[in-house]
Amino acid sequence: MIDLLASRWAYVAFVVLMIVGLYMMIASPNLVKKIIGLNVFQSAVFLFFVAAAYVAGGAPAIVPPDGGGGPYVSPLPHVIVLTAIVVGVSLTAVALALVVRIHEEYGTVDEAVLEEVADD
Amino acid sequence: MTDGLLPLLVAVPVLAAVAPPLLCLRTTGTGWYVAAVACAVEAALAALVVRSVFLGGAVRHVVGGYERPYGIELVVDGLSAPVVALVAVVSLGVLAFAYTAGPRRNSFYSAYLLLVGGLMGVSVTGDLFNMFVFLEITGLATYALVAADRSGRSAVAALKYLILGTTGASLFLIGVGYAFVETGTLNMVDLSERLAGSYGDRAVLASFGFILVGLGLKTAVFPLHTWQPDAYSYAPDTVTTFISALVSTVAAYAVGRIVLTVFTPAFFEAVPAARAAVLAFAAVSILAGSALAAVQTEIKRMLTYSSVSQFGLVIAGFALVTSDAVLGAVVHLVGHGLMKGGLFAAAGVMAARHGARTVGDYARLGYRSPVVAGAVGIFGVALVGIPPSVGFLGKWYIAVGAVRAGAWPIAVVVFLSTLLTLSYVARLLERLYFAEPTEPTDPAVGAGTDADAGAGTGADADSEVGARDPDPVADGGARADSRAPAAVSTGMVAAIVAAAVVVVALGFATAPFEAFLERFLGGVFP
Repeated sequence: MIDLLASRWAYVAFVVLMIVGLYMMIASPNLVKKIIGLNVFQSAVFLFFVAAAYVAGGAPAIVPPDGGGGPYVSPLPHVIVLTAIVVGVSLTAVALALVVRIHEEYGTVDEAVLEEVADD
Repeated sequence: MTDGLLPLLVAVPVLAAVAPPLLCLRTTGTGWYVAAVACAVEAALAALVVRSVFLGGAVRHVVGGYERPYGIELVVDGLSAPVVALVAVVSLGVLAFAYTAGPRRNSFYSAYLLLVGGLMGVSVTGDLFNMFVFLEITGLATYALVAADRSGRSAVAALKYLILGTTGASLFLIGVGYAFVETGTLNMVDLSERLAGSYGDRAVLASFGFILVGLGLKTAVFPLHTWQPDAYSYAPDTVTTFISALVSTVAAYAVGRIVLTVFTPAFFEAVPAARAAVLAFAAVSILAGSALAAVQTEIKRMLTYSSVSQFGLVIAGFALVTSDAVLGAVVHLVGHGLMKGGLFAAAGVMAARHGARTVGDYARLGYRSPVVAGAVGIFGVALVGIPPSVGFLGKWYIAVGAVRAGAWPIAVVVFLSTLLTLSYVARLLERLYFAEPTEPTDPAVGAGTDADAGAGTGADADSEVGARDPDPVADGGARADSRAPAAVSTGMVAAIVAAAVVVVALGFATAPFEAFLERFLGGVFP
């Protein structure tokens, strides 16, 4: 267990963040906090990719013409994380726009209150 | 030659989506025309690609000239060609429907085109991460469209969909990450080669689990369907028609692609528990979806739960991994898209004409809107699976595949779901044609009926298409139903009838489906 924490702490953090994010989405009645939970959940995924791509002493994959010079870090996971961050930001923007609309309509961002109001 | 068209399939709608907001600087009514041109071009491109797949097998395009495993590959083969055709045809059809039904804002058509581009992207991509990106583009556009009528309820439904849909996509991404860490590649064909031999690995199993659950959320398979009823019933009718026909369909196609191309039938042979788990998941979805649909009173909710059940059927077909079952799954995927799209469009017309939203409201509408009610009847009967219709064909092949694979429980479940489907479709048809002409108890319905009795029932009966009800919703004063189409035109009814004709005609079209799949399945099942 201690060994796992010492050598694979980034993966442990990934799992913890993922669960925290999921729990926030389920347990918080506040819509904005749900969106924050979603962001935490997505950050966990980014952390997973970054941790998996880590190479001790690795250099950026700019190979000189005569080759050699390794070890290099694979650029692909970093590109994936960059793209996923862009996707995440746009989703957050749409989500917050919807929350603004909901607040304009019902005057609340609390899920429990919202259910009562919407039932009328 | 046609491989150069594949990137255009994605690029044309995405680039065209930029035009409507720009045009807003000068005018706000031109979005529809931009979308119409883009969708027509899209349909022509899709027709060329599908024809080329039909004649010469899979079409591949290597984006930017970076060969696999480094670059992204776009592929249309026997599995994706029917989906590409469906996306192109339905997006044109719904656009025709939207001309009168609205919404007519430019921003709506921007999201509409983005959605078409995203759906095409998921269908043509040969790269797992690329698939994630297109799933998210599809998702983003769908969330915006669900909330397009700007009501509070649709915004809440869209937010719920957004949170669950994004969670699903993130789970999919985790699964992709596991597969990537295991193999170091994202190309589907390359992945399937490198995964072979390490099927028992925990990372591979976890990857399969995460991807399936993620896509299950997007497809809305029971019990991951909870976003769908609200999103479908509170979205504007035009939007429901579009997304019910395509969005879950493309996610289910992605499940088929992952199961057949990435993990391949060999994975299921090596890990029978994975196959059993997916089949159990699908069987529960089929039964629970049908049962929930049978107890609904609101039409759009009933149709939504019916979708949950039908997608269980499609996933069961893919998970059975026999050539019959996969053929059935693809046929049902296309057929369900047409049937459900048609049903939701018809529900929209009924809501606009008669203010009818529940099964009870449909009482005797078969005589007041005979053409649309007839189309509802055809779609409903096809959904049950009565020949000749595409619904029958799909269910038949899935059931045959289940029997041949020795998966008897699935065959029994298909049969039971047919009975349950019959129970809710029959209830609807009974209301449409055989309801007692009693005194209306609901004041809203009463107002509509009285107005019609005065306005001329005879006119409705023979020239139903031309004679528009004098806006029954207006009877109540304000426009109560922001979801319903603004008006009903002949073209909208014609679009629904055309869909019904296609649903019946495809019932005779096993040969083309088989021809498509033969080449693809030849590689999957040697």
